[in-house]
Amino acid sequence: MQARERLPAKGERILSLRGVSKRFGAVSALTDIELDVHAGEVVALVGDNGAGKSTLVKVLAGVHQPTEGAIEYMGRPVTLDTPATALEMGIATVFQDLALCENLDVVANLFLGHELSPWRLDEVQMEVRAWTLLKELAARIPSVREPVASLSGGQRQTVAIARSLLLDPRIIMLDEPTAALGVAQTAEVLNLIERVRDRGLGVIIISHNMEDVRAVADRIVVLRLGRNNGVFTAETSHQDLVAAITGASENSVSRRQERLAAEAGGTPA
Amino acid sequence: MSDKPTLDRADARVHHDDSLKGALKDFSDRLRSGDLGMLPVIIGLILISTVFSMLNPVFLAPNNLVNLLFDCATVGVISLGIVCVLMLGEIDLSVGSMSGLASAMIGVLWVNAGVSLPLAILAALATGALIGAVYAVLYNRLGMPSFVSTLSGLLAILGLQLYILGPTGSINLPFASPLVGFGQLWILPAWLSYLLGLVPGAVMVWVGLSVMRQRQAAGLSSQPLTRLVLKAAALTVALEGAIYYLHLGRGVPMMFGLFVLLAVILNYGLTRTQWGRSMFAVGGNREAARRSGINVRRIYLSAFMLCSTLAALGGILSASRLASSSQQAGTGDVNLNAIAAAVIGGTSLFGGRGSAWSAVLGIIVIQAISNGLTLLNLSSSLRYMITGGVLAIAVIVDSLARQSRVSHGRG
Repeated sequence: MQARERLPAKGERILSLRGVSKRFGAVSALTDIELDVHAGEVVALVGDNGAGKSTLVKVLAGVHQPTEGAIEYMGRPVTLDTPATALEMGIATVFQDLALCENLDVVANLFLGHELSPWRLDEVQMEVRAWTLLKELAARIPSVREPVASLSGGQRQTVAIARSLLLDPRIIMLDEPTAALGVAQTAEVLNLIERVRDRGLGVIIISHNMEDVRAVADRIVVLRLGRNNGVFTAETSHQDLVAAITGASENSVSRRQERLAAEAGGTPA
Repeated sequence: MSDKPTLDRADARVHHDDSLKGALKDFSDRLRSGDLGMLPVIIGLILISTVFSMLNPVFLAPNNLVNLLFDCATVGVISLGIVCVLMLGEIDLSVGSMSGLASAMIGVLWVNAGVSLPLAILAALATGALIGAVYAVLYNRLGMPSFVSTLSGLLAILGLQLYILGPTGSINLPFASPLVGFGQLWILPAWLSYLLGLVPGAVMVWVGLSVMRQRQAAGLSSQPLTRLVLKAAALTVALEGAIYYLHLGRGVPMMFGLFVLLAVILNYGLTRTQWGRSMFAVGGNREAARRSGINVRRIYLSAFMLCSTLAALGGILSASRLASSSQQAGTGDVNLNAIAAAVIGGTSLFGGRGSAWSAVLGIIVIQAISNGLTLLNLSSSLRYMITGGVLAIAVIVDSLARQSRVSHGRG
């Protein structure tokens, strides 16, 4: 908990990965990944299937341990050995396969693992905080005392995001938050992401949907076959992004990088 | 009533009706969606007592019911432990052997070796806890399914029981000892049982009122006062009536009091503590529980240890009930009865659903059947077949209710 005594200033670097690799037996899911996340910034992780996005998120969430490499959080090297450690430090994750317990109600799911007064659960206080949080997020959940099984996909996504915010994290990671959602619900989740960013949190979002990514992301980090394949901004053309993701026209990406490098080199310091 | 809706009733999609009619409608909606709760077991109990009392009026005689409660306590305590493991979607098939081993340990340590009784009891309970811990380690570290580990435990522990009992095979416990008195004779004094009968209703009103006050202060809706008082009154009348009836005979067995006390403690643990919430979560979705920071391994450890320890306690109680430790203790239908009781009472075999009270109600059903069949002079062969059939029906009800819950979006 000490890690969260102070809120990072906007733009301060919260998380940085240096040379992170993860191997599953003979398969290298991640190789030498570099990633920085700053406060008040939305970083999108994009890449084709099997590019290693989900593995990277799982490493940051403490689900998998990296084989090599260093993770620095709030300026200090850290080891994320269990999901609980990551949560305690303030790295919250909303997983793709929504990690909710369908047999429990919304309140129980929101506070799961972090219930108020463990020896005599304070249901009233938890319910009030659940409502307050859902209101803040402008979430439309009809009742917090119904089992999660009765909620729609969008409502479940909202509950999952609300839960990640409950622990007052510094970074929130969303794995495909809009994949299963309709048009209006997607817009709501994107609004939610912006609200979270404006609170001064760092946001990592994984998505296949370039429109969504471009709509909210400040930086777009492309992974390809488990390696970094360039960092782009929302202004990057669709073609360039797709090229970086698929590797279909390796030349255009490298041409662009050369051009950028030339520009940076050509400008007098 | 103020016009401003409370925090949890602001959404127009939530229908609510505080009248008695509304309460009944909620209840029938819940039933239809497959959320049966304790209803099947209560209906079953009424059915069983009607049939058996028609066949043999002795069945409902006060003293027969007192005996029934004595018998309930021993297997019921084991069943409480079964509730814990079933809650996680796991099973412990060795509870019968564990109870037999505990009963054998009491005989060998206390009667044969002269160890003091409390120490012998403690040793038996500790053995139970240790064996539970072994199952948990096998499950957590080696990924051994509890079905297999406890099945091998069943045999191994039975072997240990036979080994420590030696060639004599049976040890009689001194009849004048407090242990046997507790298992066969001791009855709660009438004034105490009447007083205890008032407690649940009083607690219900007291807790209900304080929750109501807190919820109103926090701007949440609360259940109407009349409904609370009616529920508490109905419960108190039912309990006091039952106690009165039992006191027409010998009265309420102390051993049954211990069983109910344990059920109350377990119920509190499961519903009002973080541990209990984690049990439900792990049973409902293990991976989700892990990702929300719950130490899943520790939850499994606690459940397996609790189950084996309670099985050992059940074994001690059955030794005191029978005034002997024998090779037969814990064999036969003990295992099945303990598991059947939990399932019949409404604890799901699929994990994530259950309650400590399911063990209490379930074991009363099981023992009522066995007692009624004994009164009819039916052989144990028929008893086994009928109990097996009842268990099958209970599991079918559980499966059907689960399918219905899934289709009604109730987890």
